[in-house]
Amino acid sequence: MAKRNAPEVNAGSMADIAFLLLIFFLVTTTIETDAGINSKLPPIEDVPENPPPRKEKNIFIVLVNANEELLVEDERMNLKDLRQAAIDFLDNGGQDCNYCQGRRDPASSDNPLKAVVSLQNDRETEYGAYIAVQNELVAAFNFLRNREANRLFGKSFVKMERDFNDSEYRGSKEKLEEDIKTIRAMFPLNLSEAEPKERK
Amino acid sequence: MSKFRKKKSGDLPAISTASLPDIVFMLLFFFMVATTMRDTTLMVENNLPFADQVEKLEKKDLVMYVYAGKPSERYQRQFGKEARVQLNDKFADVSDIKEFIISERESKREELQNLLTTSLKVDTKTNMGLVADIKYELRKAEAYRVNYTTKNGKASQNMN
Repeated sequence: MAKRNAPEVNAGSMADIAFLLLIFFLVTTTIETDAGINSKLPPIEDVPENPPPRKEKNIFIVLVNANEELLVEDERMNLKDLRQAAIDFLDNGGQDCNYCQGRRDPASSDNPLKAVVSLQNDRETEYGAYIAVQNELVAAFNFLRNREANRLFGKSFVKMERDFNDSEYRGSKEKLEEDIKTIRAMFPLNLSEAEPKERK
Repeated sequence: MSKFRKKKSGDLPAISTASLPDIVFMLLFFFMVATTMRDTTLMVENNLPFADQVEKLEKKDLVMYVYAGKPSERYQRQFGKEARVQLNDKFADVSDIKEFIISERESKREELQNLLTTSLKVDTKTNMGLVADIKYELRKAEAYRVNYTTKNGKASQNMN
């Protein structure tokens, strides 16, 4: 009997099958967004009868209305100017602040520890506008924190935080944590959010 | 004479496509590995706003997702066009958030329970009223760490 060779399997259509799978995965892939602005909500507390007095000049009021217009300290403002205005306010250093580099205007905030940024919005304000404003305010804080971190520790605050979360960081994490706390204490994120107002 | 004339064919030999499957498989494996399957089906429009002061969410298993936005087109007939909250795979009421957070928290190990972060994936066009209600519910559930999940970009793009 003649020995029969098994015929070779035609692999020509393998590419087609692989392409089919490839296209399926290409279509179903969604690159997940996993970054954003971190924030901490305040606990619900009973409002004390007599809240501790805060001087008017230590509060920086940012209002966003339903038409995405900004009212900063009773003046209309564009979004692009908000960051600088917030930096000027926080860094003013009216009294008891030896690291502030602002104008030391007596009509603006005393020091970053007392300064509070108050963000208020309508119920009809769009979320996007709110995030834009929040972003600018966080940017102002980050700018000042970076400046101080560069001055004291020779690297930016954002980098310090990134190193802290990096498991491959080769340095003392305890020291880093201390440093981060120091910077945070210099410019605490005093960002107060009022409940949105009902439209009258 | 003709015995010595070599057969000279002018046309080029066909290009071998034998390695094509290998190349395609390589791409395929790349996409298979890089793909993260969404565990929830989005039922709301979810066009996230832009921001540039972002921090990355590190531990994915310690994140709870709350979606909000207008119902997608195919759900609009049933649920209307008003922005709604989505938890896991279904539409929910704002008052369900507290229960959701508590059940999520219970499913985690005890030492991790206070490291949980809530990721708010809210559509750009949503009114702040709804967001404020969500935040109030989160405060009631004592889930204070939130992350406004955004796309990376200039924040001024949100304003138009």
